[in-house]
Amino acid sequence: MTSVKFIVSFSFVLSLFSCFQLRAQEQNEQMAFIEGGSFTPLYGAKNQSVDVDDFYMDIYPVTNADFLEFVVENPKWRASQVPAIFAESKYLSHWRSDLEIGEEIMNTQAVTMISWFAAKNYCEARGKRLPTVDEWEYVAMADQIVKDAREKKSYNQLILSWYEEPQSFKKPIGSTFKNYWGIYDLHGLVWEWTADFNSILITGESRKDVDKDIKQFCGSAAVTATDLMNYAAFMRYAFRGSLEANYTIRNQGFRCVKDVSLEPKK
Amino acid sequence: MKKLNLLLTLIMLTVIACQSDSKDEKTVSQVITEESSVSDQELSDLSIYHLPSEWTTHHNEQIKLEDLKGKALVMVMIYTSCKSACPRLVADMKDIKSRLPEDKLDQLQLVLVSIDPEVDTPERLKEFAIENEMNEAPWLFLRSSESNTREFAAVLAVKYKRISPIDFSHSNIISVFNHKGELVHQKDGLGVNNQETIDAIIELI
Repeated sequence: MTSVKFIVSFSFVLSLFSCFQLRAQEQNEQMAFIEGGSFTPLYGAKNQSVDVDDFYMDIYPVTNADFLEFVVENPKWRASQVPAIFAESKYLSHWRSDLEIGEEIMNTQAVTMISWFAAKNYCEARGKRLPTVDEWEYVAMADQIVKDAREKKSYNQLILSWYEEPQSFKKPIGSTFKNYWGIYDLHGLVWEWTADFNSILITGESRKDVDKDIKQFCGSAAVTATDLMNYAAFMRYAFRGSLEANYTIRNQGFRCVKDVSLEPKK
Repeated sequence: MKKLNLLLTLIMLTVIACQSDSKDEKTVSQVITEESSVSDQELSDLSIYHLPSEWTTHHNEQIKLEDLKGKALVMVMIYTSCKSACPRLVADMKDIKSRLPEDKLDQLQLVLVSIDPEVDTPERLKEFAIENEMNEAPWLFLRSSESNTREFAAVLAVKYKRISPIDFSHSNIISVFNHKGELVHQKDGLGVNNQETIDAIIELI
């Protein structure tokens, strides 16, 4: 009898525990806690350091399967419905149809061919938001071991070798390394949308108009600069600077973040 | 044995509690999306009136962009504490207005949108409007949340970044929209001739 009691109470505790775990998972939906801090972004404002608050970040990029669920729930974000101002005509054009991903594309691949508007609305529908450039870069400077690996040669070589690798967007999520924060795939799978991607003033037009960003554009001097780290970051910032919000690109995905102050759910 | 029953019931209860919770959430989100999908059907594909954001004017009124529908819009993004480019942009906007036929001005809104909603409260915008003799229609100053402002800038292809506690670096773009909210002309840069912008507006009014 004692053994029965033991088993029953054990399974009770176990079920309670798994319930809590389920809830915690539901609440964080596979997010990891990122402890805030300050860092100097490579292309920030006058080389000032910026403060990043605590937040939660999705462990993986949003997948095709995740996004399918979203368009099922939100008809206005289906490929046939979305207005051109929010997404150019290539939006989700790699899927077989509005509500079918198709066999050539894996459910577990990061969703791409989605515009900034679509990504933003996806996150908001999940009670989250897109990360800022600073938040994204803050998490992305970590390798497996340290928070800031930007000066490690091996880390930069890894990133740059990805930039050269064709069609990395075809890999399933989770196929790159897990970083210090427990986050996967920031480098090595797809480029990712950020909330304020349009804060990067390195396009032709803004170069002409805004004297302040001549400094920013001088980041191109990174090509001749000593470290690879500037080069890798310059690639990202230049890419963001070339985007418009309704662009849909085959190797551009996204993930969401959530403020800590919003926990627990209101 | 009683204890065992009690425990089993407890287990069942916790399991049920877990399940029912997640079901409820789904129905709520479904209801919300069904409601929102109906509203914007007659809008043109490229209309800025698809943006659902709410804005506060310098008269401290709450509006949606859609409330401006039916008029031609000339829009620019500025911040009032700006010392370098914005006075030039404001001057450009005033120059444009002065060269339009007076009797057609009621078919037009000249809109200045703040990229610094923190500092540019409705009161601050009002002061700025009065100082610059832009308090009356067709002038309109707007501010919203940081996120709505970002989104609006994304539509206008305007880029901006806070570069110090009081300063922004930003692109200087004046955009013209027709009465359906479709972008018809953009003037990019300071000290560029305003004539093309004026021609674009006159075609609309």
